[in-house]
Amino acid sequence: MAWDRNQMAERAAQELQDGWYVNLGIGIPTLVSNYIPEGIHVTLQSENGMLGMGPFPTEDEIDADLINAGKQTITELPQTAYFDSATSFGMIRGGKIAMAILGAMEVAENGDLANWMIPGKLVKGMGGAMDLVAGVGRVVVIMDHANKRGESKLLKECTLPLTGRSVVDRIITNLGVFDVVEGGLSIVEMAPGVTREEIDSLTEATIV
Amino acid sequence: MSKIYNSAAEALDGLLFDGMLIAAGGFGLCGIPENLIAAVRDAGTKDLTVASNNAGVDGFGLGVLLESRQVKKMMSSYVGENDEFMRQYLSGELELEFNPQGTLAERMRSGGCGIPGFYTKTGVGTVIAEGKEVKQFNGEDYILEEGIFADLSIVKAWKADETGNLVFRKTARNFNPPAAMCGKVCVVEVEEIVPTGSLDPDLIHLPGIYVNRIIQGEFENRIEQRTVREA
Repeated sequence: MAWDRNQMAERAAQELQDGWYVNLGIGIPTLVSNYIPEGIHVTLQSENGMLGMGPFPTEDEIDADLINAGKQTITELPQTAYFDSATSFGMIRGGKIAMAILGAMEVAENGDLANWMIPGKLVKGMGGAMDLVAGVGRVVVIMDHANKRGESKLLKECTLPLTGRSVVDRIITNLGVFDVVEGGLSIVEMAPGVTREEIDSLTEATIV
Repeated sequence: MSKIYNSAAEALDGLLFDGMLIAAGGFGLCGIPENLIAAVRDAGTKDLTVASNNAGVDGFGLGVLLESRQVKKMMSSYVGENDEFMRQYLSGELELEFNPQGTLAERMRSGGCGIPGFYTKTGVGTVIAEGKEVKQFNGEDYILEEGIFADLSIVKAWKADETGNLVFRKTARNFNPPAAMCGKVCVVEVEEIVPTGSLDPDLIHLPGIYVNRIIQGEFENRIEQRTVREA
């Protein structure tokens, strides 16, 4: 049984360490905040200028001046700090954010990441993704192992334009957990019931 | 000399010219200088290059300058929320220079600090690096990015005192300080102008040296993604 979205997010939450400052991307990575383990205190950064991001507001807490990087309304916490975008990316580029958890379209076995554009399709922009993957201490990707056509998203080389070169450390898919190591990807963990054969048949990247 | 003007149109008087580069603050629709954008539209200034993280939405924010065909080029990191933008871009009417978000913010900050270029790891090995100088530091590649020196900055703050010392509110700060810094002239719109001396000098977010003209605006404060939880 492969993991579903929430189980992938729950597994990704196990990557968090107490005291870390973390940036969560849009989509499944946002769900990670629902599964932060007991006793682990992390501070979530929102790259539009906030540390200490709180949950979504109730109807009467909504504040137009308080949004996350996905432009959703959010709330603040007692430890919240606000700053401008240059300062925000200063802490990202400066390596102060311990980890970013991001979605992806493709990851290559050398850690190349593609998650911002598909040539010929509508290009909205990279936002802060290139800065994040270049700057943070550790990059964890959460994505489906294969695309809708059943083709591997873990590749020998990315086919799409890159977001960053050799930037991914770990990949969590619906089938398991994989590390980027010398020579390819190593299997850290398989989702319950998933077989090695299944992983091999759905993975183009070299598994070492 | 007073920095306070009665209206956005008055505050922009004499500052606008065709082909100019305007740096605008805001992230999405949060903290955008909506009054000044509307005044630029009313002034009809053409062939603008606008450095702004986003390009507004249809009918609001920088979207209004796209509809009126006043923008020649956008320098942005993310532009997806705007049908008119996409139509003009795909038909070749509008130029677009994508900048990684942190690179855009730092290009503005650098411009305001008199730094014409800086090296960054962001974008190395991607299309962003094409045509840019690569230099190694400690065995790693970095690319040269240039500071932005805008003709005009238009920004939004929460409060200003009469000397232009600014305080921003929550995540509406975003690109406003770096955008304010990189312009030859900076015009700011605020929710409230307070008497000089009433802001705590230790809690000024942007000192008034960066601010030339101030207006009190009226704000719609539109929300892009209204997301709530159950009470």
